[in-house]
Amino acid sequence: MKFLTEYRNLEATKSYLKLIENTITKPWNIMEICGGQTHGLVKNGILDLLPDKVRMIHGPGCPVCVTPLNLIDKAIELLENNVIVCSFGDMIRVPGSKKSLLEVKASGGDLRILYSPIEAVKIARENPDKEVVFFAVGFETTAPANALSVLHAEHEGLKNYSILVSHVLVPPAMEAILDDELCKIDAFLGAGHVCAIMGMEEYYPMAEKYKIPIVITGFEPLDLVQGIYMAVLQLEKGIYEVENQYARVVKPEGNKAAKEVIDKVFEVGNREWRGIGEIPNSGYLLKKAYKDFDAEKKFGISHIKVPENSDCIAGEVLRGIKKPQQCSQFGKKCTPYNPLGAPMVSSEGACAAYYHFSNNLIN
Amino acid sequence: MDDSELGFDTINLGHGSGGMMTRELLDKLIFKTFRNPFINQKHDGAIVNFNNKIAISTDSFVISPIFFKGGNIGELAVNGTVNDVAMCGAIPKYLSLAFIIEEGLKIEEFRAIIHSIKTAADKSGVLIITGDTKVVERGKGDKIFINTTGFGEVHPKANISADRIKPGDKIIVNGFFAQHGMAIMSEREGFVFESSIVSDTTNVNYLVKDLLDAFGDNIHFFRDPTRGGVASVLSEIATDTAKGISIFEDQIPLEKQVAAACEILGLDPLYVANEGVFITIVDPEIADAVVRMMRKDEKGINAVSIGEVTHEYPGKVVMHSSVGGKRIVSALIGEQLPRIC
Repeated sequence: MKFLTEYRNLEATKSYLKLIENTITKPWNIMEICGGQTHGLVKNGILDLLPDKVRMIHGPGCPVCVTPLNLIDKAIELLENNVIVCSFGDMIRVPGSKKSLLEVKASGGDLRILYSPIEAVKIARENPDKEVVFFAVGFETTAPANALSVLHAEHEGLKNYSILVSHVLVPPAMEAILDDELCKIDAFLGAGHVCAIMGMEEYYPMAEKYKIPIVITGFEPLDLVQGIYMAVLQLEKGIYEVENQYARVVKPEGNKAAKEVIDKVFEVGNREWRGIGEIPNSGYLLKKAYKDFDAEKKFGISHIKVPENSDCIAGEVLRGIKKPQQCSQFGKKCTPYNPLGAPMVSSEGACAAYYHFSNNLIN
Repeated sequence: MDDSELGFDTINLGHGSGGMMTRELLDKLIFKTFRNPFINQKHDGAIVNFNNKIAISTDSFVISPIFFKGGNIGELAVNGTVNDVAMCGAIPKYLSLAFIIEEGLKIEEFRAIIHSIKTAADKSGVLIITGDTKVVERGKGDKIFINTTGFGEVHPKANISADRIKPGDKIIVNGFFAQHGMAIMSEREGFVFESSIVSDTTNVNYLVKDLLDAFGDNIHFFRDPTRGGVASVLSEIATDTAKGISIFEDQIPLEKQVAAACEILGLDPLYVANEGVFITIVDPEIADAVVRMMRKDEKGINAVSIGEVTHEYPGKVVMHSSVGGKRIVSALIGEQLPRIC
């Protein structure tokens, strides 16, 4: 596979590991923002290959993990009330306050697992007598397709399609983490795919304000070790710049067409993050012109509010304050069979990554 | 057979009533297709002779869609059970065949399934000797469910048991992983691109017999990684035997399109279902010869050794990644779910 296999090369990976080792003089805490990067690090056993001085801290970039419990309960409310709920796959097993979407499906709810929200528009077209809702979660990466589904539905005049929006944005989350007094992060590996959409502009003021290196990084082993090397190099030199390791995908200006679609349908507003709380201007809301496609308003479910599970330390894991195995419930009361929180469910969640792959469990 | 012989074009509840309509369906389609001395007796059961120990395996097939690229539920129901019997180190000989049909199934679909069953049974050298047909109301099933039970004679030289797996043994597979699961996925709602991936459903019983003829009890174990994929089977073996299993990412046999589809959809091919793949765990002395022999058979052209049994990491499967790292491979939990981005 072009652009993949060459980034899984043993010799090249080793040479970057060597460079990191030769460059680093003291311990540095580096946070990889994206859950895909976390899994890349753990799945390929890279954490154990890195010098001890490189301390990787896992970031909040798992869309499933940061979706608040409220939203899951709202989706469940719809599913239990004869609405066809369409969702990305890894959302369905995440526990709500009482049950998961998958459990409601088992008792008769019409839940569809989709790869693209455009499919949900098709389902709405084919089921004119039913309401169809797409559970629009995710970061900037999924926002263009979700926005496009609204534009398609509008174009077709579909009145039975709406989206349950829980879009969150990466830069405000990074700032919230940096503003936290417990924060001990020295550099970021920026989320490659988010930047493929949004570009790099947002990161320059952040690097400047917090004096922190940000290296936009990909997901393959070679991407990750190269990104870490670039971050270490900056830290050792005492500089803080925005660099682009993932230049084969990320253009400085991002994807113009995708950004236009987002701007047409969404506006920036406050969003609640699971385990972190509300962060100002950290998510997308539907613009007034598209309020008819807002499932929360359409079905009057905005009032649903539930407290987070107190046994789950997802918030601390997502902010990089604690590692998954530092949770007293890790692998005990909380497993992928019976998850207490989303990071143990999602294929991008840090807890699931550690549970499935980590060498910590080998012995 | 000519459609006009049957005076109906869909299956209805009457075809499961046990009365005249059932008889017509059986006579004109099922008995006629599967003719053999056992089923010809049209009795409630079949009486057969065996000379050796027998291996028995049963499986139910509930796949959706019932027709997919590379096959249909009918041949799957034959190959799946034939292979399970073969995995016991046995030569499959007879199959029972039971249908639960949802009313409304088109007779042409049922006929296609029956004919696929016949073809697959002939290819595997097994006879359909008894069966059952039930029809349920619309909404109480999903077009058609099939159960088959296979009976086979244990190969005289076979000694297949998890107890015989020992450190140093090599783990060999006969071909590409994840073909079946990805073919099915490409037919389901929500799949966003076209592919020409076809299911690998096939019978492997003759290759298994050849291996047993040649290597006898130096073959310690067989298993076909269907649902849950290779990862789940290896994980089960490691847990059950309390031995370690090391596998090497570089050795995992993947067809390019399947590898790409898994990559795009965020699925790990180790957890995706197979229907024509088997794993054999053999004495290290014969490992190279086993791979050579498999590669001469069309069912084993892509055979490769993917790892070995170890003293280290008892009860765990450890993957050695292509960049030199290690990780645990755990059993599949629930259904593998596609990721968001």
